[in-house]
Amino acid sequence: MGLDSMQGDSFVTTKLSALVGWARQYSLWPFPFATACCGIEYMSVLSSDFDLARFGAERPSFSPRQADLLIVLGTLTYKMAPVLWKVYHSMSEPKWVMSVGACASSGGMFRSYSVLQGIDRIIPVDIYIPGCPPRPEAILDALIKLQQRVKKESIKDPRYRGRADALDEIFSGYESGNLVQK
Amino acid sequence: MRELSPDHNIKLKENLAGRFPNAGFKVEENRGIVVIEASRSSLIELMKHLKEDAGCSFNVLMDLTAVDYLDKRKSEERFEVVYMLFSSTSLHRVRIKVKAGDGDDVPSLVSIWKGANWPEREVFDFFGIKFSGHPLMERLIMPDEFRGYPLRKDFPLEGQGEDYLIESILIPDKTKI
Ligand code: SF4
Repeated sequence: MGLDSMQGDSFVTTKLSALVGWARQYSLWPFPFATACCGIEYMSVLSSDFDLARFGAERPSFSPRQADLLIVLGTLTYKMAPVLWKVYHSMSEPKWVMSVGACASSGGMFRSYSVLQGIDRIIPVDIYIPGCPPRPEAILDALIKLQQRVKKESIKDPRYRGRADALDEIFSGYESGNLVQK
Repeated sequence: MRELSPDHNIKLKENLAGRFPNAGFKVEENRGIVVIEASRSSLIELMKHLKEDAGCSFNVLMDLTAVDYLDKRKSEERFEVVYMLFSSTSLHRVRIKVKAGDGDDVPSLVSIWKGANWPEREVFDFFGIKFSGHPLMERLIMPDEFRGYPLRKDFPLEGQGEDYLIESILIPDKTKI
């Protein structure tokens, strides 16, 4: 935004960073990418018993352009993988990704020919939630932990630059049909 | 509620014996349903007869699927394509089975039932059985780049490592975004 080149690591930048971080922390707009049963659990998180709105993330955004938190809930097949890829890349920066449940994080019990073994094979993930499905409390806990990270991100050195590099690295790791894990 | 006529199966067997005297179909009865084992060359003729003949009038193709009998029937051909027919006038059903070896073509039924189109593509997708005369013999459910036929009994249970799909699915898109 040009501020960092003008001001460097000065008082103004760090204070502005803290202000922006505080604002972002309590206004995460989630995009629920619900492909399986974990999505049902997310409905419970949104409704009154657990109430995600208490943490400022009550507006599920069904347009990736207006979302900054991608919540992936459920089994992702190879057929669905390009859709997640497109949704992730349609979101504008800054953006964060939460992987809910065993399926999204590792393929879960579906160790088969059709299921992607973890969404981190195609997009970078900020926070993983274990469970099949995770309790709503676990999702709330993950959101609070993610908020702590969002708060600390500096406008001068945003983490997403690092993430974009990581993505390029993933793609440089492909060699004629074999994914070389780094 | 209409009643099923009890002698329908006997009539059907007689009808078939009259129409195809030398075809050598193996006809048996299993739990009240007539099962016909046909050969690949006589399949179209048999199906046309079952659909159009007034004594049969099996006008609905209820299901079309396949079974892999790998190593179960050593002496015979490996696959069996199974057709379930239903008659909306007599409410009876009939099952037709056709054997096919690895790489054999089975005649397509799209010319008789348009609804055979996708089930045949599905069978091709999962078992690799080709249907000759089908308008578009391509994969239906799995990605086009998929290697192998996942419902064959010799396909590895946990997959063969499908990470090559990530490359073929995503990298072309990377240039579009
Ligand atoms: S982790 Fe369990 S609950 Fe969640 S999508 Fe997978 S199977 Fe369903």
